[in-house]
Amino acid sequence: MKRRYSAFAIAREALRHHSGWTRTWKSPAPKSRYDVVIVGAGGHGLATAFWLGRNHGITNVAVIEKGWLGGGNTGRNTTIIRSNYLQDPSAALYEKSRSLYETLSQDLNYNVMYSPRGVLMLAQTEHEVRGYRRTAEANALQGVETEFVGPRRVKELCPIMNIDGPRYPVLGGLWQPRAGTARHDAVAWGFARACSDMGMDIIEQCEVTGVTREGGRVTAVSTTRGEIGCGKLGIVVAGHSGRLAEMAGFRLPIESVPLQALVSEPIKPCMDIVVMANTVHGYMSQSDKGEMVIGGGTDGYNGYNQRGSFLHIEETVRALVETFPMISRLRMLRQWGGIVDMTGDRSPILSKTPVENCFINCGWGTGGFKATPGSGWAFAELMARGESPLAAPFGLERFREGRFIDESVAAGVAH
Amino acid sequence: MLMLRCPNCGVTADETELAPGGEAHIARAATGSDDAAFEAYMFGRENPKGVHFERWRHAMGCGKWFHAARCTVTMQVFGTYPAQTLSPPDDLLEKIDAARPGWRWRDLGAGHRHTHDHHDEER
Ligand SMILES: [Zn+2]
Repeated sequence: MKRRYSAFAIAREALRHHSGWTRTWKSPAPKSRYDVVIVGAGGHGLATAFWLGRNHGITNVAVIEKGWLGGGNTGRNTTIIRSNYLQDPSAALYEKSRSLYETLSQDLNYNVMYSPRGVLMLAQTEHEVRGYRRTAEANALQGVETEFVGPRRVKELCPIMNIDGPRYPVLGGLWQPRAGTARHDAVAWGFARACSDMGMDIIEQCEVTGVTREGGRVTAVSTTRGEIGCGKLGIVVAGHSGRLAEMAGFRLPIESVPLQALVSEPIKPCMDIVVMANTVHGYMSQSDKGEMVIGGGTDGYNGYNQRGSFLHIEETVRALVETFPMISRLRMLRQWGGIVDMTGDRSPILSKTPVENCFINCGWGTGGFKATPGSGWAFAELMARGESPLAAPFGLERFREGRFIDESVAAGVAH
Repeated sequence: MLMLRCPNCGVTADETELAPGGEAHIARAATGSDDAAFEAYMFGRENPKGVHFERWRHAMGCGKWFHAARCTVTMQVFGTYPAQTLSPPDDLLEKIDAARPGWRWRDLGAGHRHTHDHHDEER
């Protein structure tokens, strides 16, 4: 049993040269069988395991990961949290997630640095103005606090912005005051610590190489660390979902593309909100270290290279420089890509599969981080009980039934 | 930057000159198809980690469509070929065999060579 993190614990450890801290999560060898095996120790997989234990009392769980914990899209996103979606099922799911973030640090006893600094989505064309006004009305009905604000308020919220840009003037924005950011690594680490504390096994460097089925059910997964039996299997592997689904014997309506981000050198605080500009495919916030964190667009074609096409960086930066002239002299320190799994309607899949005891959580595309706790909450309920009100609209069958949750129009590109 | 040779005009074009058109050789579900067939046509995709066949358009050049074979991991381009065909040409498939032994894409690759699509084209 590990010690609680607290101010008192820091003081106590300071008096004994920090010799009493233990590993944040244990690193066991896999057992031969678990009630539930989750593939993928990113935020969503770990959150699923956490709520399986916390809400449903299922703790004989392994979370297996081919690389290191949180090393995929969990550690590659731009950490934005918001729930200003148009469609009711999305708003319900993302708002659940956002509200879980409000108390996540307390629930996990781990500081995830949730910062509800507010997210502003710029309207830079007349179409966007109309679209965001509609979203604000929809959000009012859904119980999500958002507001359409005019250019003057935009300038007050973000003084470094040039709202008179000749090419992309700012005509207003959709403002969600309780949206914001959190520390992405901490979310994964916090969930991992809590899972480990409940007796779950988190097994890194353990790649799934095959899925064993008997009579339409999964019985085990073959991994690089041996065969692991399972009562239920949850696949939560984002960009590699199609590969896992193929091993389990079904197909997914998913295509994988690289999505890029970059950060600048650290500078003094100059921007205390998150700004997203979907017309120009760019979004920006300032990290606590002072770096400007910039997200770009996805490649237009399939890829698994975790790098992305350089022309998107050029497009994003060119447009952002017009809106934020002061960033033109910043040096960019790092650029990277993550492989995002895109569905036809740009909404996620939280679903049963044609394989009876195999469940899939994927398709979060360009916007999964914000959904981490809510996704885990709903997926754990689906895996434990066979149904979940939050997950129900996001089933795989919607593609056959033509019952889409169309956020590709509602959310634009940055998602 | 990704560069592809347009087989229509012969220009080797930068990615900025091209428009990606998604997976190649998808046959439209015909009238009267059931929901499953239409779902497969609309949303079922290969999404391979490796060899992929795609449609591209030389949008800022001659404006015409063509096909390309490319690796989605290394970005290596194996070749391009005209749009007016139902499956990749044999010489391209042989080139991919040499570069990526054991590759597979739908019923192409590793031991599955002569598909009925070729014969359709010859008729
Ligand atoms: Zn051409």
